[in-house]
Amino acid sequence: MSGRLTRALAAGLAALAALGLTACADDGGGEEITVFAAASLTGAFTAIGADFEAAHPGAKVTFNFAGSSGLATQINQGAPADVFASAAPANMTAVADAGNLDGDPVTFAGNQLVIVVPEGNPKAVTGPADLARPDVKVALCAEQVPCGAAAVKALDAAAVAVTPVTFEQDVKSALSKVTLGEVDAALVYRTDAQAASGDVDAVEFPESASAVNEYPIAVLKAAPAKETAKAFVAYVLSDPAKKVLADAGFQAP
Amino acid sequence: MQADTTVPAPPRRRPRRRAGRAPVALLVPAVLGLVFLVLPLAGLLVRAPWTSLPERLAAPGVLTALGLSIQTATMATALCLVLGVPLAWLLARVEFPGRRVVRALVTVPLVLPPVVGGVALLLVFGRNGILGAWLDSAFGITLPFTTAGVVLAEAFVAMPFLVIAVEGALRGADSRYEEAAATLGAGRWTTFTRVTLPLVAPGVAAGAVLCWARALGEFGATITFAGNFPGRTQTMPLAVYLALETDLQAAIVLSLILLTVSVAILACLRDKWIAGS
Repeated sequence: MSGRLTRALAAGLAALAALGLTACADDGGGEEITVFAAASLTGAFTAIGADFEAAHPGAKVTFNFAGSSGLATQINQGAPADVFASAAPANMTAVADAGNLDGDPVTFAGNQLVIVVPEGNPKAVTGPADLARPDVKVALCAEQVPCGAAAVKALDAAAVAVTPVTFEQDVKSALSKVTLGEVDAALVYRTDAQAASGDVDAVEFPESASAVNEYPIAVLKAAPAKETAKAFVAYVLSDPAKKVLADAGFQAP
Repeated sequence: MQADTTVPAPPRRRPRRRAGRAPVALLVPAVLGLVFLVLPLAGLLVRAPWTSLPERLAAPGVLTALGLSIQTATMATALCLVLGVPLAWLLARVEFPGRRVVRALVTVPLVLPPVVGGVALLLVFGRNGILGAWLDSAFGITLPFTTAGVVLAEAFVAMPFLVIAVEGALRGADSRYEEAAATLGAGRWTTFTRVTLPLVAPGVAAGAVLCWARALGEFGATITFAGNFPGRTQTMPLAVYLALETDLQAAIVLSLILLTVSVAILACLRDKWIAGS
């Protein structure tokens, strides 16, 4: 009985140790890079990554898509990454201030807000002023995340006071509240509206131009594969990548 | 006359189990397990900005979020008790076809990522949901983005903890007491309230504590189903998550407040309920 227990425990401990080893494993391969990129870049960067791999035989790009601030925290806490592409300059600054950048960041794209409404626009929303109507339920991003900060700026520029029913934790959640029909409108990036164009309609408004979100990219100081990382950043700034970004709804910086 | 034989009554207390020292094979992993569970907490404590703690505590919204968390977790636990204890009783005491399947279904919220649970709740109780559309048109009730929605989301995620704990207690309880009550003429309801419930009270208490703790920490289903609005649906875990976006230190402080309050409440309850039984 006790022998069996010991064996079971030993097996458990061995499994735990193995887990620790894989977690710490450092591949150190010169041709493999890990790119930490903002969640809004998921579609465009996946395509750009494939193109980059095709153009650089032997190179392999692995992405970690998540909220920019979470990525910045992970990088500053020592997560192994080669490149950081952020959806807001503030998060890039946080990484730069911690001394974790190799060189200066370069802005490679811009993104601005649009109003999204359920397909067919049942509440006839035509501009920011309609978001203040009492019969229109609105989802905004929380001010702590880039899309929320941009929403505050854009609505200020439009001189509209909006009381949303919810401050969502990221732009995709705000969008999903519209696709699920729980709210009548949300402010999201043009790229998100474009990606969901089958489920939602986008309403452009000129005031969002006052809150363009800039996307900086940079190689990280602790990058295990610095040369490939630099090549990737150069590729993101090249014409073919620019076209992929434009097709996804991003604007030139 | 027989002399008063003052034979001392045998001690009623259970004899302390003293079968030698704890075996190393148990002790080592036990300590490792404890360290594994406690180390992250230590990490929070080490990094906490102690000097700015008072002003952060006084920051607007913190106490509101804390109050809302405690309030909704308690209401969710009450809801789970009302629905979960009878469900546990059904699973433990009544033979019916498909009982295994039902038991497995009860654990679904444990397996489901909470965010998915939140989406599932929206699909049922949302404005366009199966039940939600009817609630809205018939009674004008909408649950998403309300405090009631928070309670619902927390109850959904936390109820399995209560049901599993109570069912385990019921299965461990000696059903002969219930049979005796029945032979003495007690109906099934009387037996349940007068015999079964007191018998499994410690199990119910333990289940309620687990349920409350899970509800208090609930994040994914809450933010997905009830959204995030200060004072209405923004509980502490949501406030912590958003603080993390901009200010790691603030997030640590909020986490510590939530931890301290919940551990204090649980410790008090434990002394009152569980140790007594």
